[in-house]
Amino acid sequence: MKFGVIVFPGSNCDQDCFHVVKNVVKQPVEYIWHKNTGLDNFDCVVIPGGFSYGDYLRCGAIARFSPIMESVIKFAKAGGLVIGICNGFQVLLEAGLLPGAMLRNKNLHFICKFVELKVEATDTPFSSKYKKGEIVRIPNAHNEGNYYIDDKGLAELKKNNQIVFRYVSNPNGAVDDIAGIVNQKRNVLGMMPHPERCSEAELTSTDGRPIFESIVGWLKQHGRT
Amino acid sequence: MFEAEVKITLKKTVADPQGLTIKHALESLGFTSLEQVRMGKFITIQIKAKDKAQAQAEVEAMCAKLLANPIIEDYTVEVK
Repeated sequence: MKFGVIVFPGSNCDQDCFHVVKNVVKQPVEYIWHKNTGLDNFDCVVIPGGFSYGDYLRCGAIARFSPIMESVIKFAKAGGLVIGICNGFQVLLEAGLLPGAMLRNKNLHFICKFVELKVEATDTPFSSKYKKGEIVRIPNAHNEGNYYIDDKGLAELKKNNQIVFRYVSNPNGAVDDIAGIVNQKRNVLGMMPHPERCSEAELTSTDGRPIFESIVGWLKQHGRT
Repeated sequence: MFEAEVKITLKKTVADPQGLTIKHALESLGFTSLEQVRMGKFITIQIKAKDKAQAQAEVEAMCAKLLANPIIEDYTVEVK
């Protein structure tokens, strides 16, 4: 089993993600510089948070055309697990691997605080260690987390049970309180809150850890030891 | 050499929190006859092309691929 954490210029949660995979769920992990291509030896790709390319033009818009992203798209289409957190979620939206787009937070503030999320779907490789309906505490840290999708797209998300996390109290204006979604094939997750910032007791919440544990469990079940 | 002016705006169906905040600020300054304020992006691009039509087509391709996000934004291109 091998995890890869992609690093763009301006990524700043890459080391946190790397740390959780290596030292908390104890799995092999490597950094992948955005100019590299090819993900043949990887089982799960993490696109971390931060400010790739300074958030210039639109969050994630420039990173989406980094050389590694062609490989990520191929990897995802072949069924590989991809998790995008915060800026990583924005990159996945820009790349078209997940539907919708991000707008400025409704209150125009950079929101940096713990939020409560309701786990809406546990039948994904990323959320199987939660209980459906469970309320978890995971921190947000973003300026553009106001998830937008049109009515037709929202109906699709609901129909296919693609909404994985909803805010208990909507902090940013996101459509239908959406904090995290998967694609239809359920192998790509995007979420605004940061599970890597709450995977150890020292950080006051371990509610993010089940995401990493779910991925490890899923990969083991699928023969990637 | 041509100069293209690109205007990118949020679609009318998409809420614009920045525009709304600017509207409120203007109203608090006494500009009370405002109906709506929308905020967008303005980009100028200097481009070599054999004619205006080619410059137009190329900048529109840039908008479709990178400069605008068609899910939330509209754009116009004017070549001078």
